[in-house]
Amino acid sequence: MKILVAVKRVVDYAVKIRVKPDKTGVETQNVKMSMNPFCEIALEEALRIKEAGFAKEVIAVSIGPSQCVDTLRTGLAMGADRGIHVETNSIFLPLTIAKILKSLADVENPGLIFLGKQAIDDDCNQTGQMVAALLGWPQATFASKVVLDKDKNVATVDREVDGGLETLNVDLPAVITTDLRLNQPRYASLPNIMKAKSKPIKKMTVQDLKVDIKSDIEILEVTEPPKRKSGVMVSSVDELIDKLKNEAHVV
Amino acid sequence: MMMQKLRRSGEFIRFGCKSLISSRPNKDSVSRSVSGFVNHYKSKGKLFELSDGNYKTELHHPCISRNVGMLLQQYKCFGSSAASLIQRNPLFSSLDSKDVSYFKEILGEKNVVEDKERLETANTDWMHKYKGSSKLMLLPKNTQEVSQILEYCDSRRLAVVPQGGNTGLVGGSVPVFDEVIVNVGLMNKILSFDEVSGVLVCEAGCILENLATFLDTKGFIMPLDLGAKGSCHIGGNVSTNAGGLRLIRYGSLHGTVLGLEAVTANGNVLDMLGTLRKDNTGYDLKHLFIGSEGSLGIVTKVSILTQPKLSSVNLAFIACKDYLSCQKLLVEAKRNLGEILSAFEFLDNNSMDLVLNHLDGVRNPVSSSENFYILIETTGSDETNDREKLEAFLLKSLEKGLVSDGVIAQDINQASSFWRIREGITEALQKAGAVYKYDLSLPVEEIYNIVNDLRGRLGDLANVMGYGHLGDGNLHLNISAAEYNDKLLGLIEPYVYEWTSKHRGSISAEHGLGVMKANEIFYSKSPETVALMASIKKLLDPKGILNPYKVLPHSLFSN
Repeated sequence: MKILVAVKRVVDYAVKIRVKPDKTGVETQNVKMSMNPFCEIALEEALRIKEAGFAKEVIAVSIGPSQCVDTLRTGLAMGADRGIHVETNSIFLPLTIAKILKSLADVENPGLIFLGKQAIDDDCNQTGQMVAALLGWPQATFASKVVLDKDKNVATVDREVDGGLETLNVDLPAVITTDLRLNQPRYASLPNIMKAKSKPIKKMTVQDLKVDIKSDIEILEVTEPPKRKSGVMVSSVDELIDKLKNEAHVV
Repeated sequence: MMMQKLRRSGEFIRFGCKSLISSRPNKDSVSRSVSGFVNHYKSKGKLFELSDGNYKTELHHPCISRNVGMLLQQYKCFGSSAASLIQRNPLFSSLDSKDVSYFKEILGEKNVVEDKERLETANTDWMHKYKGSSKLMLLPKNTQEVSQILEYCDSRRLAVVPQGGNTGLVGGSVPVFDEVIVNVGLMNKILSFDEVSGVLVCEAGCILENLATFLDTKGFIMPLDLGAKGSCHIGGNVSTNAGGLRLIRYGSLHGTVLGLEAVTANGNVLDMLGTLRKDNTGYDLKHLFIGSEGSLGIVTKVSILTQPKLSSVNLAFIACKDYLSCQKLLVEAKRNLGEILSAFEFLDNNSMDLVLNHLDGVRNPVSSSENFYILIETTGSDETNDREKLEAFLLKSLEKGLVSDGVIAQDINQASSFWRIREGITEALQKAGAVYKYDLSLPVEEIYNIVNDLRGRLGDLANVMGYGHLGDGNLHLNISAAEYNDKLLGLIEPYVYEWTSKHRGSISAEHGLGVMKANEIFYSKSPETVALMASIKKLLDPKGILNPYKVLPHSLFSN
């Protein structure tokens, strides 16, 4: 079976982000960009499944500007077999991405689609779920453990939920989104980087996939959260009570 | 090269471990054997020889418990070579209540510290190797207060230890006896930053990491970076001419410090706080203070040239079969990565094992164990270009057989985990037990020969580790053993110093001399040079109150 893994190019997790002066978004010029950490985990899981013999091909997909090729190269250097780059300079929101991934799934017919549970730039946590709905496939999100049963064509997934862990059986083909504790992604080793140079990355456009990209959502403004006010030293218990009553209104 | 051996008959004076029970909780300290050392207080206490040949001393000192016997100490504490011995200079006055009142008057009560616990920490160095017995720590808030303190101490002939982050590794930042500690930690303001020229002016007590964080918001970086960045002060960095991981790219502090303000022993404030890149007016005195380890003056402000933060940083972790490959790789890296090379560090297999065993959450980035590991960092302005350059260089090195395996960090998190390994060696050594630490500059071809020679010499007695700034020809030679013992020390010193001297290396590449190597300077500098240093010291600090017993040989100042 094939596994499709969606990987997103985002501002590196460790970078201190700043909002653009025109408030249209976060500053991305001259800022280190990397693969979304949850996407890395998704790709790692797909590779492990392939190495265990359950899949024969891992395909990495990225949607975005030309620099996404770098992200795909990282994916190939980790061990993906080939890449698909859907090139666009527009910012696509989760629903549009989900529609694109659905089109790709219709073409490639994977047995599993892996995504990170959310991207660290928008924290939407929507794409995986929307892809599953569009395809009519079962979904297991926030996976912290994935076990495949080839004979029964079922995946047993432990999900991290608020109350603890929930275990689901999902029939394949299915969509799985990955959470932090699922695995520790491998590093891109030099021999693999060398092999990656000869792996193909197919370029596609949104038109090729016949996807309607009209979005119902428009981003009006991006601003920083209000700065934390500094604390105040009070000189007596009475003053504290007065402030709690009259300023903070909690007593 | 003359090598003066200082040996005075009969007296063995080394650093004392005063408390039987350390008031600082140290979960990792196993009862380490201490060849007990007692400070010989000629003027203060009486020394009694016990029947079993040990020494007991009665001292009237709040930090010391009585009957300091050799057998009961739990502090890790030992002197350098058996021949080194230091006596408290009897010409120094002792602190009295009038002094303390005066300091309280000029600094305020809060900033005059007599509290036992705080003094315990301030008296002990980071490695828990050196411990003084100061009864007073002063926390000046500005240059004026530093000047007042020193003027007074000079007039009273009270010895002083300038202290910053107390992360030094040669015992230069803590008292030897009862010197007054002057800690500049409260002087931590950033005074100005010019976003065009990149010149940062700040007070000496600014923590390096805080400066880096501040600069990050402006799109700049400090020209130096070291493992102690979370605690070390820029004043201390300048006073010790700290090297660090970026020296290969940005050069030493002698080049990047544009000016400084220092207070000399008599309280005189020297304003050399220029912010100009070029200023050839007279003798450039700031260079005297850079690297003099607080012995010529207390640095109170620093003006430093910072670098624009370049967006494209790449880090590779490489495995090499032998040291010759590491050397060749360095040559190739300088040639092929040239202007974007920003760090070239190495560590051997023993160092890697140590880190993997003693630190949490680290794993070997390379899948199989190898003899040597190299970290290569590039910093440039074009992500794609730099990445391609690095990959091409490494793949070619792989083909040529210089490299046996390697990985390239894909994001900042992975890069941090690679650095954690190299920067964590010092911490791992602390956890592993006793460590004898040497910091040598040697010709690159010779660097690993000393490690191998020492390994052969010590055999099973200890674990020898070699790592360091290969790009700068700087080896950090560390010998790890379960406990300190004199026999081991005797095998290491003066062997290491003589070996280094034979190859015209430096016995202290970046750590400085402190108290650990104050008497070993002749292994790397000629007697005439050292004599001139002593003259300069006597000129700037006639009473010798600034950081006594350190940096220069004691014999030059014996009364």
